[in-house]
Amino acid sequence: MLSIKNLHASVEDKQILKGLNLEIKAGEVHAIMGPNGAGKSTLGNVLAGRDTYEVTGGQVLLDGVDLLDLSPEDRAREGLFLAFQYPVEIPGVSNINFLKTAVNDIREYKGLPPMEAKEFLQTVKDKQKLVEFSANLANRSLNEGFSGGEKKRNEIFQLAMLNPKLAILDETDSGLDIDALRIVSNGVNQLRSENNAFVVITHYQRLLDYIVPDFVHVLYDGRIVKSGPKELALELEEKGYDWLKELDTQNA
Amino acid sequence: MSGLITNNMSTLVANSLFQQLTATFQELEASNESSAVKSIRQDAFARFQELGFPTVKNEDWKYTNIHNLVNKTYLLNEDVDVANLDFDAADIPGLDAHRIVLVNGQYVLAFSSLEDEIGLTVKSIEDAQDEVNFQKHFAQHADKTDSAMVALNTALHTSGVYISVAKNKVVSKPLHIVHVATGGKDFFAQTRNLIVVEPNAEIEIVESYITAANSASNLNNKVTEIVAEENAKIQHYYLQLAAESGHYINHTEVYQEKHSLYNNYNCTFPGPAFVRNDINIRLDAEQVESHLYGINLLNKKQFVDNHTIVDHMKPHCESYEWYKNIPQEEATAVFNGKIFVREDAQKTNAFQQNNNMLIGEKSTVFTKPQLEIFADDVKCSHGCTMGQFDDEALFYLRARGIGEDSARILLVHAFAFDVTSKFSNDTIKHYVEELVARGLES
Repeated sequence: MLSIKNLHASVEDKQILKGLNLEIKAGEVHAIMGPNGAGKSTLGNVLAGRDTYEVTGGQVLLDGVDLLDLSPEDRAREGLFLAFQYPVEIPGVSNINFLKTAVNDIREYKGLPPMEAKEFLQTVKDKQKLVEFSANLANRSLNEGFSGGEKKRNEIFQLAMLNPKLAILDETDSGLDIDALRIVSNGVNQLRSENNAFVVITHYQRLLDYIVPDFVHVLYDGRIVKSGPKELALELEEKGYDWLKELDTQNA
Repeated sequence: MSGLITNNMSTLVANSLFQQLTATFQELEASNESSAVKSIRQDAFARFQELGFPTVKNEDWKYTNIHNLVNKTYLLNEDVDVANLDFDAADIPGLDAHRIVLVNGQYVLAFSSLEDEIGLTVKSIEDAQDEVNFQKHFAQHADKTDSAMVALNTALHTSGVYISVAKNKVVSKPLHIVHVATGGKDFFAQTRNLIVVEPNAEIEIVESYITAANSASNLNNKVTEIVAEENAKIQHYYLQLAAESGHYINHTEVYQEKHSLYNNYNCTFPGPAFVRNDINIRLDAEQVESHLYGINLLNKKQFVDNHTIVDHMKPHCESYEWYKNIPQEEATAVFNGKIFVREDAQKTNAFQQNNNMLIGEKSTVFTKPQLEIFADDVKCSHGCTMGQFDDEALFYLRARGIGEDSARILLVHAFAFDVTSKFSNDTIKHYVEELVARGLES
């Protein structure tokens, strides 16, 4: 589904990603772990198309479509979703109006007619239930006045509404208490299917107790230096990241 | 040295328009107006002659140079061909309203659709001189300011509309006043309006400014005096939709009595090259409430200046003012908000906020909140912000599949929301939101 080959990216002339390779198939969940500054969030943002990052080499294909040539909105319309580490508050833009615009812009891209108002509201209701997000969205501005946990849950709710092929969760667990973590994880697990895939970026093994990955990758200094089954996360939790320095040198 | 030369030039320039206006004034002397009105005109003309056109040396016109606008001659009081005029540009979808049309400042009854409504009087201002409310209020409010443009208008206005709402009358639907500019040659128009709303009466007034196709450059100097008597309620919308050829100097003077409410919603969109609005509110009794809202979405080289005065003269009044400017491309917005709280006006509650979103590297905003408070037991606050598009928010929306243009429209709507959400009329609110979307695309 997603194929990343030799991806290089920099921010303000500082090279962050230095030849990253990753293959993800439909139905899989991949966790990406690594120390601060390794390039984890850069990867999410580069894939989503944030223009402060400059891609200096490599290729990213989503079901054969070269994402790097596309605008952020077209990447989303092709089925990429980034759950933000810091979701933005936008006072004055209502949650519902925002969702309706997003859903219908994506439908238009796919050649579908706009969703009927009734169907849309029913979908909102169903998906809110599915991801246990009960906040009243009708008269509230996007993320405005939401707690940290509510913002993250709103990301998962949006994920449910937009039904992407590939979702990247960028440190969705940061700032969540254990109950919120459980709810967010349940939401993600509800949404897992054989037709979609998830990339879970996290610092901590804790999240992976709830969202169990098929593969764990260690990102270090802009490259994936080690990949393994879910047990690798436990090993990292135990040993930290220092031992990876040698690994990195060996690979280089 | 160069200042002196400029000064000499502007004096020369003003003289040429002075001469045009003086000739017109002498013609008016021979009209059959009441002696009271004649005398008011004479006094006003004397004031105007003394003051001259405002220059940038006048603090209130510091950023607003009308030198080039008065440095030319215009047609004055020309009869215009109204046969093929259409007013579609002023249509507000879904708004059921009485309509009044003024063409180049002249009240044109033929285009107006005004079903009889008992208690609502609408006349041309020249036909209203026998009305009690005219005699009581005409030139009694705006002329107390030292504005040269008001003096000029009082002296030389040619037409306008008189509206009076009788005691206890709640006008059944909005009154839509459409100001149309038209003509093949550059013209100067002076409209004078008087609106008196008697005790317990209510009215909603919507004024749209439009320009007929291929109209020549035009300069409009309009003065509106509004009186809200005890417990009267007025909702007042300005929708500035004129074309680039339009230049407007509008003065609105509102006088409020006990328990009255006056709300002004002042919207300017891409189009007219030059707009200067003065909106002055005098809260001259207790328990008065006034709200001033503004949205200015500009483009190209538009210049739009809003000067407001909220004058708290008596205790226990409340005023609330919120202006949003969104200049695009090379447009300039000016905001000057004066709030006076006189010594008597204890327990005043006054709020003012001006937010600016500059889109376009060459857009400019000049803003100046000006609070003068002489009472000691009051609550006054003001704030002002300057900003640009929030790139984070823009990326967030686009990352959800929303196209860049739609995302920008959503964000500007969001920016304008504090103001649009206060609109008393939902039909006009939706119309304005639509105009905002259109104004961003153009």
